[in-house]
Amino acid sequence: MTAPGPPLALLAELTHRCPLGCPYCSNPLALERVRDELDTATWQRVIDEAASLGALQIHFSGGEPMVRTDLVALVAHAHAAGLYTNLITSAVLLDERRLPPLQEAGLDHVQISLQDTLAENADRIAGYPGGHAKKLKAARLVRGAGLALTINAVMHRQNLAHLPEMIELAVELGAGRLEVAQVQYYGWALKNRASLIPTRDEVSQAVKIVAAARERLKGRLVIDHVVPDYYAKRPKACMGGWARQFINLTPSGLALPCHAAQGIPQLRFDNVRDRPLGEIWEHSDAFERFRGTSWMAEPCRSCERREIDWGGCRCQAMAILGDAAATDPACALSPHHPALLALAKTESAEAVPPEFAYRRYAKAEVEPASA
Amino acid sequence: MSTTTTLTAESRPGLSPHVRLKQDRARGGWVLLGPERVLMLDDLAAEVLGLCDSAASIGDMADVLAGRHSAPRAEVLGDVIEMLQNLHDKGLLIV
Repeated sequence: MTAPGPPLALLAELTHRCPLGCPYCSNPLALERVRDELDTATWQRVIDEAASLGALQIHFSGGEPMVRTDLVALVAHAHAAGLYTNLITSAVLLDERRLPPLQEAGLDHVQISLQDTLAENADRIAGYPGGHAKKLKAARLVRGAGLALTINAVMHRQNLAHLPEMIELAVELGAGRLEVAQVQYYGWALKNRASLIPTRDEVSQAVKIVAAARERLKGRLVIDHVVPDYYAKRPKACMGGWARQFINLTPSGLALPCHAAQGIPQLRFDNVRDRPLGEIWEHSDAFERFRGTSWMAEPCRSCERREIDWGGCRCQAMAILGDAAATDPACALSPHHPALLALAKTESAEAVPPEFAYRRYAKAEVEPASA
Repeated sequence: MSTTTTLTAESRPGLSPHVRLKQDRARGGWVLLGPERVLMLDDLAAEVLGLCDSAASIGDMADVLAGRHSAPRAEVLGDVIEMLQNLHDKGLLIV
Protein backbone atom coordinates (compact mmCIF):
# COMPACT_ATOMS: atom_id res chain seq x y z
CA MET A 1 0.00 0.00 0.00
CA THR A 2 1.30 3.49 -0.82
CA ALA A 3 2.12 5.77 2.09
CA PRO A 4 -0.82 7.98 3.11
CA GLY A 5 -0.75 11.76 2.65
CA PRO A 6 -0.47 13.88 5.80
CA PRO A 7 -3.43 14.04 8.18
CA LEU A 8 -5.43 17.27 8.15
CA ALA A 9 -6.40 17.41 11.78
CA LEU A 10 -5.96 15.98 15.23
CA LEU A 11 -9.09 15.43 17.29
CA ALA A 12 -7.86 15.60 20.86
CA GLU A 13 -10.37 14.11 23.30
CA LEU A 14 -8.66 15.44 26.40
CA THR A 15 -11.03 13.77 28.84
CA HIS A 16 -14.27 11.85 28.98
CA ARG A 17 -15.36 13.74 32.12
CA CYS A 18 -18.31 16.06 31.46
CA PRO A 19 -20.94 17.71 33.68
CA LEU A 20 -23.61 17.03 31.04
CA GLY A 21 -25.30 13.72 30.31
CA CYS A 22 -26.47 14.11 26.69
CA PRO A 23 -28.03 10.86 25.49
CA TYR A 24 -26.35 11.16 22.06
CA CYS A 25 -22.80 11.74 23.30
CA SER A 26 -20.19 10.68 20.75
CA ASN A 27 -17.99 9.15 23.44
CA PRO A 28 -17.99 5.36 23.72
CA LEU A 29 -20.31 3.63 26.20
CA ALA A 30 -17.23 2.58 28.20
CA LEU A 31 -15.92 5.99 29.30
CA GLU A 32 -12.25 6.38 30.17
CA ARG A 33 -11.30 7.43 33.68
CA VAL A 34 -9.32 10.42 34.92
CA ARG A 35 -6.46 8.28 36.25
CA ASP A 36 -5.86 6.96 32.71
CA GLU A 37 -5.69 10.40 31.04
CA LEU A 38 -2.50 11.52 29.29
CA ASP A 39 -0.50 14.13 31.19
CA THR A 40 0.35 17.60 29.89
CA ALA A 41 3.84 16.73 28.66
CA THR A 42 2.61 13.76 26.64
CA TRP A 43 -0.13 15.83 25.00
CA GLN A 44 2.43 18.50 24.14
CA ARG A 45 4.77 15.94 22.60
CA VAL A 46 1.91 14.50 20.53
CA ILE A 47 0.84 17.98 19.40
CA ASP A 48 4.37 18.58 18.09
CA GLU A 49 4.31 15.21 16.32
CA ALA A 50 0.97 16.04 14.69
CA ALA A 51 2.25 19.41 13.48
CA SER A 52 5.39 17.92 11.99
CA LEU A 53 3.32 15.23 10.27
CA GLY A 54 1.50 18.04 8.48
CA ALA A 55 -1.71 18.36 10.50
CA LEU A 56 -3.12 21.88 10.14
CA GLN A 57 -5.82 21.93 12.80
CA ILE A 58 -6.37 20.67 16.31
CA HIS A 59 -9.81 20.24 17.84
CA PHE A 60 -9.78 20.18 21.64
CA SER A 61 -12.72 18.06 22.59
CA GLY A 62 -13.92 15.63 25.22
CA GLY A 63 -15.99 14.95 27.25
CA GLU A 64 -15.75 18.53 28.34
CA PRO A 65 -12.19 19.74 27.58
CA MET A 66 -12.54 22.61 30.04
CA VAL A 67 -12.39 20.26 33.02
CA ARG A 68 -8.69 19.82 32.19
CA THR A 69 -6.74 22.34 34.25
CA ASP A 70 -3.92 22.36 31.65
CA LEU A 71 -6.13 23.41 28.72
CA VAL A 72 -4.51 26.84 28.41
CA ALA A 73 -1.04 25.28 28.26
CA LEU A 74 -2.16 22.85 25.56
CA VAL A 75 -3.78 25.58 23.46
CA ALA A 76 -0.65 27.71 23.75
CA HIS A 77 1.50 24.78 22.73
CA ALA A 78 -0.65 23.99 19.67
CA HIS A 79 -0.72 27.64 18.67
CA ALA A 80 3.06 27.85 18.91
CA ALA A 81 3.31 24.70 16.75
CA GLY A 82 1.34 26.57 14.05
CA LEU A 83 -1.90 24.64 14.39
CA TYR A 84 -5.33 26.21 13.97
CA THR A 85 -6.86 25.74 17.42
CA ASN A 86 -10.53 24.95 17.95
CA LEU A 87 -12.25 24.41 21.30
CA ILE A 88 -15.29 22.15 21.16
CA THR A 89 -17.14 22.75 24.40
CA SER A 90 -20.47 22.55 26.16
CA ALA A 91 -19.49 26.02 27.50
CA VAL A 92 -21.05 25.49 30.93
CA LEU A 93 -17.59 26.07 32.45
CA LEU A 94 -16.64 28.93 30.10
CA ASP A 95 -16.91 32.22 31.97
CA GLU A 96 -15.25 35.64 32.41
CA ARG A 97 -12.42 34.00 34.31
CA ARG A 98 -11.64 31.10 31.98
CA LEU A 99 -11.99 32.77 28.55
CA PRO A 100 -9.27 35.48 28.58
CA PRO A 101 -6.32 33.13 29.23
CA LEU A 102 -7.50 30.86 26.41
CA GLN A 103 -7.69 33.79 24.05
CA GLU A 104 -4.23 34.99 25.10
CA ALA A 105 -2.91 31.47 24.49
CA GLY A 106 -3.92 31.84 20.83
CA LEU A 107 -7.28 30.11 20.64
CA ASP A 108 -8.67 30.64 17.11
CA HIS A 109 -12.22 29.44 17.40
CA VAL A 110 -14.86 28.24 19.85
CA GLN A 111 -17.62 25.76 19.10
CA ILE A 112 -20.49 25.66 21.56
CA SER A 113 -23.14 22.96 21.53
CA LEU A 114 -26.78 23.82 22.16
CA GLN A 115 -29.43 21.23 23.00
CA ASP A 116 -32.49 23.28 22.04
CA THR A 117 -33.75 26.88 21.91
CA LEU A 118 -36.11 26.37 24.86
CA ALA A 119 -34.11 26.38 28.09
CA GLU A 120 -36.29 23.86 29.87
CA ASN A 121 -36.13 21.28 27.09
CA ALA A 122 -32.41 21.94 26.48
CA ASP A 123 -31.61 21.32 30.15
CA ARG A 124 -33.75 18.18 30.19
CA ILE A 125 -31.91 16.78 27.14
CA ALA A 126 -28.49 17.59 28.62
CA GLY A 127 -29.52 16.33 32.05
CA TYR A 128 -28.06 19.55 33.50
CA PRO A 129 -30.34 22.18 35.06
CA GLY A 130 -29.34 25.76 34.23
CA GLY A 131 -26.99 24.69 31.45
CA HIS A 132 -28.71 26.47 28.58
CA ALA A 133 -28.52 29.90 30.24
CA LYS A 134 -24.80 29.37 30.94
CA LYS A 135 -24.20 28.44 27.31
CA LEU A 136 -25.91 31.58 26.00
CA LYS A 137 -23.91 33.71 28.40
CA ALA A 138 -20.67 32.03 27.30
CA ALA A 139 -21.53 32.45 23.61
CA ARG A 140 -22.02 36.20 24.14
CA LEU A 141 -18.76 36.35 26.05
CA VAL A 142 -16.93 34.66 23.16
CA ARG A 143 -18.32 37.13 20.63
CA GLY A 144 -17.75 40.06 22.96
CA ALA A 145 -14.08 39.06 23.07
CA GLY A 146 -13.97 39.08 19.26
CA LEU A 147 -13.42 35.35 18.98
CA ALA A 148 -15.04 33.35 16.19
CA LEU A 149 -18.00 31.23 17.21
CA THR A 150 -19.69 28.16 15.80
CA ILE A 151 -22.97 26.99 17.25
CA ASN A 152 -23.29 23.23 17.14
CA ALA A 153 -27.01 22.53 17.29
CA VAL A 154 -27.59 18.86 17.94
CA MET A 155 -31.01 18.08 16.47
CA HIS A 156 -33.33 15.08 16.73
CA ARG A 157 -37.03 14.30 17.05
CA GLN A 158 -37.27 16.03 20.44
CA ASN A 159 -36.11 19.46 19.16
CA LEU A 160 -36.11 19.46 15.36
CA ALA A 161 -39.34 21.47 15.24
CA HIS A 162 -37.33 24.39 16.67
CA LEU A 163 -34.84 24.51 13.79
CA PRO A 164 -36.02 27.94 12.51
CA GLU A 165 -35.62 29.39 16.03
CA MET A 166 -32.19 27.76 16.30
CA ILE A 167 -31.04 29.46 13.10
CA GLU A 168 -32.29 32.82 14.41
CA LEU A 169 -30.55 32.22 17.73
CA ALA A 170 -27.24 31.54 15.97
CA VAL A 171 -27.59 34.83 14.07
CA GLU A 172 -28.55 36.70 17.22
CA LEU A 173 -25.53 35.28 19.11
CA GLY A 174 -23.24 36.46 16.29
CA ALA A 175 -22.05 33.00 15.25
CA GLY A 176 -20.20 32.87 11.93
CA ARG A 177 -21.11 29.25 11.49
CA LEU A 178 -23.95 26.97 12.50
CA GLU A 179 -23.64 23.25 12.42
CA VAL A 180 -27.07 21.68 12.25
CA ALA A 181 -25.86 18.32 13.48
CA GLN A 182 -28.66 15.83 13.30
CA VAL A 183 -27.73 12.95 15.52
CA GLN A 184 -25.73 10.09 14.01
CA TYR A 185 -26.38 6.72 15.55
CA TYR A 186 -23.26 5.40 17.27
CA GLY A 187 -22.47 4.67 20.90
CA TRP A 188 -24.85 6.51 23.21
CA ALA A 189 -27.00 7.73 20.32
CA LEU A 190 -27.42 4.19 19.03
CA LYS A 191 -28.54 3.13 22.49
CA ASN A 192 -31.07 6.00 22.47
CA ARG A 193 -31.99 5.83 18.79
CA ALA A 194 -35.70 5.18 19.33
CA SER A 195 -35.88 8.33 21.49
CA LEU A 196 -34.06 10.47 18.92
CA ILE A 197 -34.68 9.50 15.32
CA PRO A 198 -36.99 11.87 13.42
CA THR A 199 -39.34 10.83 10.61
CA ARG A 200 -38.31 11.13 7.00
CA ASP A 201 -40.78 13.99 6.51
CA GLU A 202 -39.28 15.89 9.42
CA VAL A 203 -35.81 15.47 7.90
CA SER A 204 -37.00 16.64 4.45
CA GLN A 205 -38.59 19.68 6.06
CA ALA A 206 -35.31 20.48 7.86
CA VAL A 207 -33.38 20.24 4.57
CA LYS A 208 -35.74 22.83 3.04
CA ILE A 209 -35.45 25.16 6.04
CA VAL A 210 -31.65 25.02 5.92
CA ALA A 211 -31.53 25.61 2.15
CA ALA A 212 -33.70 28.73 2.46
CA ALA A 213 -31.69 30.04 5.44
CA ARG A 214 -28.38 29.49 3.62
CA GLU A 215 -29.55 31.63 0.73
CA ARG A 216 -30.95 34.32 3.00
CA LEU A 217 -27.88 34.46 5.25
CA LYS A 218 -25.13 34.08 2.63
CA GLY A 219 -22.01 35.94 3.73
CA ARG A 220 -23.31 36.24 7.33
CA LEU A 221 -23.82 32.71 8.58
CA VAL A 222 -22.39 29.53 7.11
CA ILE A 223 -24.67 26.56 7.80
CA ASP A 224 -23.42 22.99 7.65
CA HIS A 225 -26.12 20.35 7.79
CA VAL A 226 -25.60 16.72 8.74
CA VAL A 227 -28.71 14.58 8.18
CA PRO A 228 -29.43 11.14 9.64
CA ASP A 229 -28.08 8.82 6.98
CA TYR A 230 -30.68 6.10 7.57
CA TYR A 231 -32.84 8.02 5.08
CA ALA A 232 -30.02 8.62 2.58
CA LYS A 233 -29.49 7.11 -0.86
CA ARG A 234 -25.72 7.25 -0.64
CA PRO A 235 -23.64 7.01 2.53
CA LYS A 236 -21.60 9.85 3.99
CA ALA A 237 -17.86 9.85 3.31
CA CYS A 238 -17.31 9.18 6.98
CA MET A 239 -14.24 11.07 8.32
CA GLY A 240 -13.50 11.96 4.67
CA GLY A 241 -12.45 8.33 4.25
CA TRP A 242 -10.96 5.99 6.84
CA ALA A 243 -7.50 7.17 7.98
CA ARG A 244 -7.25 9.74 5.20
CA GLN A 245 -7.68 13.03 7.11
CA PHE A 246 -8.11 12.59 10.85
CA ILE A 247 -6.45 11.13 13.89
CA ASN A 248 -8.65 10.88 16.98
CA LEU A 249 -6.89 10.48 20.30
CA THR A 250 -8.79 9.21 23.32
CA PRO A 251 -8.02 10.63 26.79
CA SER A 252 -5.74 7.69 27.55
CA GLY A 253 -3.82 8.10 24.28
CA LEU A 254 -5.35 5.48 22.01
CA ALA A 255 -5.12 6.56 18.37
CA LEU A 256 -8.34 5.93 16.45
CA PRO A 257 -9.20 6.63 12.80
CA CYS A 258 -12.62 7.83 14.04
CA HIS A 259 -14.10 8.47 17.48
CA ALA A 260 -16.41 5.47 17.21
CA ALA A 261 -13.78 3.01 15.96
CA GLN A 262 -13.65 1.14 19.26
CA GLY A 263 -17.03 -0.29 18.28
CA ILE A 264 -15.13 -2.55 15.88
CA PRO A 265 -13.78 -5.31 18.15
CA GLN A 266 -11.24 -6.83 15.75
CA LEU A 267 -9.20 -3.61 15.39
CA ARG A 268 -5.94 -3.20 17.31
CA PHE A 269 -5.25 0.35 18.44
CA ASP A 270 -1.85 1.80 19.23
CA ASN A 271 -1.25 4.18 22.11
CA VAL A 272 0.78 7.39 21.67
CA ARG A 273 2.56 6.51 24.92
CA ASP A 274 4.14 3.54 23.10
CA ARG A 275 4.60 4.65 19.51
CA PRO A 276 5.28 7.95 17.70
CA LEU A 277 2.23 9.46 15.99
CA GLY A 278 3.84 9.34 12.53
CA GLU A 279 4.39 5.61 12.81
CA ILE A 280 0.83 5.12 14.01
CA TRP A 281 -0.56 7.17 11.12
CA GLU A 282 1.36 5.10 8.57
CA HIS A 283 1.43 1.64 10.07
CA SER A 284 -1.10 1.16 12.86
CA ASP A 285 -3.30 -1.86 12.24
CA ALA A 286 -6.47 0.12 12.91
CA PHE A 287 -5.50 2.83 10.41
CA GLU A 288 -4.36 0.47 7.67
CA ARG A 289 -7.30 -1.92 7.90
CA PHE A 290 -9.82 0.19 5.93
CA ARG A 291 -7.60 2.82 4.35
CA GLY A 292 -8.09 3.24 0.59
CA THR A 293 -10.26 0.85 -1.43
CA SER A 294 -8.48 -2.52 -1.45
CA TRP A 295 -10.48 -3.87 1.52
CA MET A 296 -13.78 -3.31 -0.25
CA ALA A 297 -16.20 -6.02 -1.34
CA GLU A 298 -19.09 -5.55 -3.75
CA PRO A 299 -21.07 -3.40 -4.30
CA CYS A 300 -18.35 -0.92 -3.23
CA ARG A 301 -15.44 -2.50 -5.09
CA SER A 302 -16.72 -1.70 -8.59
CA CYS A 303 -18.74 1.39 -7.59
CA GLU A 304 -17.82 4.60 -9.39
CA ARG A 305 -18.27 6.45 -6.08
CA ARG A 306 -15.78 4.30 -4.16
CA GLU A 307 -13.31 7.19 -3.88
CA ILE A 308 -16.05 9.72 -3.14
CA ASP A 309 -17.81 8.09 -0.19
CA TRP A 310 -15.09 5.52 0.64
CA GLY A 311 -17.67 2.82 1.40
CA GLY A 312 -19.46 5.01 3.96
CA CYS A 313 -19.03 4.31 7.62
CA ARG A 314 -17.22 1.23 8.96
CA CYS A 315 -18.62 1.67 12.46
CA GLN A 316 -22.18 1.72 11.14
CA ALA A 317 -21.58 -1.43 9.09
CA MET A 318 -20.31 -3.04 12.30
CA ALA A 319 -23.11 -1.75 14.52
CA ILE A 320 -25.95 -2.72 12.20
CA LEU A 321 -24.60 -5.72 10.31
CA GLY A 322 -21.89 -7.06 12.60
CA ASP A 323 -19.42 -6.82 9.70
CA ALA A 324 -17.12 -3.78 9.60
CA ALA A 325 -16.01 -4.57 6.01
CA ALA A 326 -19.54 -4.57 4.57
CA THR A 327 -20.98 -1.69 2.55
CA ASP A 328 -22.52 0.88 4.91
CA PRO A 329 -26.22 -0.09 5.11
CA ALA A 330 -27.04 3.64 4.72
CA CYS A 331 -26.22 3.11 1.03
CA ALA A 332 -29.24 2.19 -1.09
CA LEU A 333 -26.99 -0.26 -2.98
CA SER A 334 -26.52 -2.31 0.19
CA PRO A 335 -28.85 -5.32 0.31
CA HIS A 336 -29.47 -4.39 3.96
CA HIS A 337 -30.62 -0.83 3.28
CA PRO A 338 -34.38 -1.64 3.18
CA ALA A 339 -34.14 -3.17 6.66
CA LEU A 340 -32.36 -0.09 8.02
CA LEU A 341 -34.96 2.19 6.50
CA ALA A 342 -37.78 0.08 7.91
CA LEU A 343 -36.20 0.30 11.35
CA ALA A 344 -35.96 4.11 11.11
CA LYS A 345 -39.59 4.33 10.00
CA THR A 346 -40.86 2.11 12.80
CA GLU A 347 -38.91 3.81 15.57
CA SER A 348 -39.63 7.36 14.42
CA ALA A 349 -43.35 6.60 14.15
CA GLU A 350 -43.65 5.76 17.88
CA ALA A 351 -46.07 8.31 19.32
CA VAL A 352 -44.14 8.70 22.57
CA PRO A 353 -40.35 8.34 22.49
CA PRO A 354 -38.83 6.10 25.17
CA GLU A 355 -37.07 7.71 28.18
CA PHE A 356 -33.42 8.70 27.59
CA ALA A 357 -30.56 6.58 28.82
CA TYR A 358 -28.33 9.48 29.85
CA ARG A 359 -24.58 9.35 29.26
CA ARG A 360 -23.08 8.33 32.59
CA TYR A 361 -20.10 6.46 33.95
CA ALA A 362 -21.02 2.91 34.86
CA LYS A 363 -21.95 2.80 38.57
CA ALA A 364 -18.72 1.22 39.79
CA GLU A 365 -16.61 3.97 38.21
CA VAL A 366 -18.24 7.28 39.08
CA GLU A 367 -16.01 10.25 38.30
CA PRO A 368 -16.17 13.80 39.60
CA ALA A 369 -17.05 16.33 36.90
CA SER A 370 -14.63 18.99 38.05
CA ALA A 371 -10.87 18.75 38.00
CA MET B 1 -34.63 39.40 1.57
CA SER B 2 -30.98 38.78 0.78
CA THR B 3 -28.28 40.23 3.01
CA THR B 4 -25.46 39.29 0.64
CA THR B 5 -22.78 41.93 0.16
CA THR B 6 -21.68 42.33 -3.45
CA LEU B 7 -17.97 43.04 -3.79
CA THR B 8 -16.77 45.77 -6.16
CA ALA B 9 -13.43 47.33 -7.15
CA GLU B 10 -13.89 49.68 -4.17
CA SER B 11 -14.31 46.94 -1.55
CA ARG B 12 -11.45 46.50 0.91
CA PRO B 13 -11.45 42.81 1.89
CA GLY B 14 -9.58 41.26 4.77
CA LEU B 15 -9.51 37.77 6.25
CA SER B 16 -12.31 37.08 8.74
CA PRO B 17 -11.03 37.15 12.33
CA HIS B 18 -11.22 33.36 12.62
CA VAL B 19 -9.41 32.66 9.35
CA ARG B 20 -5.69 32.12 8.92
CA LEU B 21 -3.54 32.03 5.79
CA LYS B 22 -0.74 29.57 6.38
CA GLN B 23 2.13 28.04 4.46
CA ASP B 24 1.65 24.29 4.28
CA ARG B 25 5.10 22.77 4.40
CA ALA B 26 3.96 19.14 4.39
CA ARG B 27 2.00 19.44 1.16
CA GLY B 28 3.60 22.52 -0.40
CA GLY B 29 1.70 25.72 -1.15
CA TRP B 30 -0.62 27.77 1.01
CA VAL B 31 -3.86 26.97 2.81
CA LEU B 32 -6.71 29.00 4.23
CA LEU B 33 -7.78 27.67 7.63
CA GLY B 34 -11.13 28.23 9.30
CA PRO B 35 -13.38 26.26 11.62
CA GLU B 36 -13.84 22.83 10.01
CA ARG B 37 -12.51 24.33 6.79
CA VAL B 38 -9.22 23.77 5.02
CA LEU B 39 -8.92 25.34 1.57
CA MET B 40 -5.86 24.36 -0.45
CA LEU B 41 -4.94 27.42 -2.50
CA ASP B 42 -3.30 27.62 -5.90
CA ASP B 43 -0.44 30.10 -6.29
CA LEU B 44 -2.60 32.87 -7.67
CA ALA B 45 -5.25 32.54 -4.96
CA ALA B 46 -2.53 32.63 -2.30
CA GLU B 47 -1.07 35.75 -3.90
CA VAL B 48 -4.47 37.49 -3.97
CA LEU B 49 -5.24 36.58 -0.37
CA GLY B 50 -1.83 37.84 0.66
CA LEU B 51 -3.00 41.27 -0.51
CA CYS B 52 -6.26 41.19 1.49
CA ASP B 53 -5.35 43.43 4.42
CA SER B 54 -8.60 45.43 4.79
CA ALA B 55 -6.66 48.49 3.57
CA ALA B 56 -6.08 47.83 -0.14
CA SER B 57 -9.13 47.98 -2.40
CA ILE B 58 -9.76 45.23 -4.93
CA GLY B 59 -8.95 47.85 -7.58
CA ASP B 60 -5.55 48.46 -5.95
CA MET B 61 -4.97 44.72 -5.87
CA ALA B 62 -5.83 44.41 -9.58
CA ASP B 63 -3.26 47.15 -10.36
CA VAL B 64 -0.55 45.24 -8.50
CA LEU B 65 -1.43 41.86 -10.00
CA ALA B 66 -1.83 43.17 -13.57
CA GLY B 67 1.64 44.74 -13.25
CA ARG B 68 3.27 41.64 -11.79
CA HIS B 69 1.83 39.26 -14.37
CA SER B 70 1.70 41.63 -17.36
CA ALA B 71 -2.00 40.83 -17.73
CA PRO B 72 -4.93 43.05 -18.83
CA ARG B 73 -6.23 44.86 -15.73
CA ALA B 74 -9.92 44.51 -16.59
CA GLU B 75 -9.58 40.75 -16.87
CA VAL B 76 -7.60 40.50 -13.63
CA LEU B 77 -10.16 42.64 -11.82
CA GLY B 78 -13.05 40.43 -12.95
CA ASP B 79 -11.25 37.24 -11.89
CA VAL B 80 -10.25 38.64 -8.51
CA ILE B 81 -13.76 39.90 -7.71
CA GLU B 82 -15.24 36.53 -8.62
CA MET B 83 -12.79 34.64 -6.45
CA LEU B 84 -13.13 36.95 -3.44
CA GLN B 85 -16.94 37.05 -3.69
CA ASN B 86 -16.96 33.27 -3.45
CA LEU B 87 -14.74 33.32 -0.34
CA HIS B 88 -16.81 36.12 1.17
CA ASP B 89 -20.02 34.11 0.67
CA LYS B 90 -18.33 31.27 2.57
CA GLY B 91 -17.67 33.59 5.51
CA LEU B 92 -13.90 33.58 5.06
CA LEU B 93 -13.53 37.28 4.16
CA ILE B 94 -14.89 40.48 5.63
CA VAL B 95 -15.24 43.84 3.89
